[in-house]
Amino acid sequence: MAGPVIMPGLADPVADSQSVFRGVLHAMSRPGTIVHLAGLGEAPAPLSPAAAALCLSLVDHDTPLWLDCAVAGGQGAADFLRFHCGSPVVARPEEAVFAVVADAAAMPPLSSFDPGTPEYPDRSATVIIQVAGLADDAGMRLSGPGIEAEARLRVDGAPADLWDWVRDNHGLYPCGVDIVFAAGERIAALPRSTRVEG
Amino acid sequence: MYVAVKGGEKAIAAAHRLLAERRRGDRAHPGITLKQIAEQLSLAVDRVMSEGSLYDRELAALAVKQARGDLVEAIFLLRAFRTTLPRFGVTEPLDTGAMRISRRISATYKDLPGSQVLGPTFDYTHRLLDFELAEEGDPNSVSAAGDPGDVDERVPRVVELLDHEGLIEKEEPDDPDRPVGDLTREPLGFPADRDVRLQNLARGDEGFLLALGYSTQRGFGSTHPFAGEIRMGQVSVELVPEELGFAVDIGDLTVTECEMINQFKGSATEPPQFTRGYGLTFGEGERKAMAMALVDRALRCRELGEEPSSPAQDEEFVLYHTDNVEASGFVQHLKLPHYVDFQGELVTVRELRAEARQRKTGT
Amino acid sequence: MRGYNFAYLDEQTKRMIRRAILKAVAVPGYQVPFGSREMPLPFGWGTGGIQVTASIIGADDVLKVIDQGADDTTNAVSIRRFFALTTGVRTTEETAEASIIQTRHRIPEKPLTADQILVYQVPIPEPLRWLEARETETRKMHALAEYGVMHVKLYEDIATHGRIATSYNYPVLVNERHVMAPSPIPKFDNPKMDHMPALQLFGAGREKRIYAVPPYTDVKSLDFEDYPFEKQTWEHACALCGSRDSYLDEVVTDDRGGRMFVCSDTDYCAERRDAGHVGTGAPVTYGADAAE
Repeated sequence: MAGPVIMPGLADPVADSQSVFRGVLHAMSRPGTIVHLAGLGEAPAPLSPAAAALCLSLVDHDTPLWLDCAVAGGQGAADFLRFHCGSPVVARPEEAVFAVVADAAAMPPLSSFDPGTPEYPDRSATVIIQVAGLADDAGMRLSGPGIEAEARLRVDGAPADLWDWVRDNHGLYPCGVDIVFAAGERIAALPRSTRVEG
Repeated sequence: MYVAVKGGEKAIAAAHRLLAERRRGDRAHPGITLKQIAEQLSLAVDRVMSEGSLYDRELAALAVKQARGDLVEAIFLLRAFRTTLPRFGVTEPLDTGAMRISRRISATYKDLPGSQVLGPTFDYTHRLLDFELAEEGDPNSVSAAGDPGDVDERVPRVVELLDHEGLIEKEEPDDPDRPVGDLTREPLGFPADRDVRLQNLARGDEGFLLALGYSTQRGFGSTHPFAGEIRMGQVSVELVPEELGFAVDIGDLTVTECEMINQFKGSATEPPQFTRGYGLTFGEGERKAMAMALVDRALRCRELGEEPSSPAQDEEFVLYHTDNVEASGFVQHLKLPHYVDFQGELVTVRELRAEARQRKTGT
Repeated sequence: MRGYNFAYLDEQTKRMIRRAILKAVAVPGYQVPFGSREMPLPFGWGTGGIQVTASIIGADDVLKVIDQGADDTTNAVSIRRFFALTTGVRTTEETAEASIIQTRHRIPEKPLTADQILVYQVPIPEPLRWLEARETETRKMHALAEYGVMHVKLYEDIATHGRIATSYNYPVLVNERHVMAPSPIPKFDNPKMDHMPALQLFGAGREKRIYAVPPYTDVKSLDFEDYPFEKQTWEHACALCGSRDSYLDEVVTDDRGGRMFVCSDTDYCAERRDAGHVGTGAPVTYGADAAE
């Protein structure tokens, strides 16, 4: 009896992870900027191509990974990540270095994830949240490092309390988690350093 | 029945035979010659001459061969030979300004009179094993083009350029009639003068000085150094024999000299200016010369009015522990039998434990 | 290069470094510890910058490497050759043409753009190291933003010399939170870091730290209201291109005090000369022989 087939990972692991990384580096260093990660293959449901590519490029056996019920339940997606990344999948959000949320409406509060310590604020989680859509010409006003004057970001299908969580997270600075939103093949990032105003 | 261990002599003789055998290795391969060592392991020979305090390539090569490539052991061998040599006199100070230069670089100026001469350096090589060298023979033999980098005219020292503008402390020449200190004849005293400190560092273990110099770069006694100049090449050695009364050239040495230029913000008596640290080795010994210059400058803290606070600035700590012949000897003496002392300790520990037990049980 | 991955490092090492870079970007000026590797070039010669560049570079990048502002300095040549060999990317000496610029001790004179990344080689990443040698202590000081010692040190300079006597590696406050070592660039370059459109990444290989300044981030050189930060100025113009607003190297022309002042940024100088700017070409005299 043949087992379920695992979808292939990045077509050219060396070149593709480099370009995905440069995409997320661009997004993280320019909060609110929407970056299109071009040329990605398909991803197993419910993972979006961008979220899958981020995991394939950044996650490995050194980085405990937390998956929300939607990803963990979609057998193909969890196996895909386990097989290609080799990362330990942890049960509790606070144990994760990376987290993948496919069902944003049901996600636990941002404060469930590890914000690092005052001595080591880098030891904090990066949370990848899949959303319905992203727009940079409307929505919240962003300011801080990486933003020339002001940036805008609208997140469609975000958790109801997202922006309160983001403000609280910024209040922990230099601790705090960093967020990458993924919609289809597009991403935008909100590091903890970003100030958000309605 | 117990028989006390005897036969030390036999055991030693057997051990020495084994050592000789191990040194020779598999006799299917030809023995290594002193010429091969001196020519192809020349940096090992240079280090042994420097720390062994004896400039003789052939003897240093012999020491390396006899010590199976253990350089600290080879230094020991050379020192033990050196100590038997008669002393003819004291040479004139080396004029490194008149050096016939094979390598000369300054980190403080992009270009300067006499120019930068890279010479035979590992710098800027990529440290990738060259498997062609693994082959027998000499696969990538270089044509014998001589040493095109050699510079013959007198090349001014970088510190002289700064001196010209009064930006660096004056190097006050010692009273020429004052005898130069010699650690091999007078034991160390404190505070030690700079001549003795420099002699100590020149004979000192490269690894120890490297670590100490490195520590000053990481905040343990910071001196803000710049490599003002590193030069390597040949210098003439001159001696004034009593009977002649004038200097005669008695031969050439290859030496490496490093002059560090250090930030100094001035003190109550001194204006802000650059200060100096000095390093010199026999042969090609750049890493050692640089480390030595860093430690020399760190040790000058008191004379420059700086508060000594770090290991490299602690004269007693540094000067007493640089010598690897002394250090190796004493560390390894722990292998010698110590059973008489240890027996005494056994007795004492047993007594103390018994007393402690008694106090605990209150009997 | 046969037997080695693209850009020398293996993919697992690159992932580790990339994760560190992302955290560094998220906390500007904070030094992220990372598992620095042995490289085929010695520690202290740019291994931190090389590891950062190797982790970000892709086949489409154009790389420029400078040391002391110049493309033709030996270490810059060596590092550029290393990347040409291990990645096959195009290299350039033109600042405007490069997508990645790896540097030691300078920021190019020509303003960098949002499409560029500047990678600094850093010897000592800890700005408090000269005041406190122990990592356990400096880490606490950063955690508590307890930077009083730094101000005391600068103030002692003023008390002794009437001015702040630090001329390079002049400490900066990033994003109003972290005191950061700008690496040993001259303080002349400090103002360029403030609100720079390009991403700035810092790699310290031997000390195993990576840190970052995202684009358009506040980078303020530490100073006092009554003793504001000042950058170096020269009374001379570049002898080759006549520039009066670039950082000048002093080239010794003889052993009687002769000096020539020329742009440290060789690309900037060449471009100006190509555009028809000319300097005096003449040396000046300093020191005892000069009529002062």
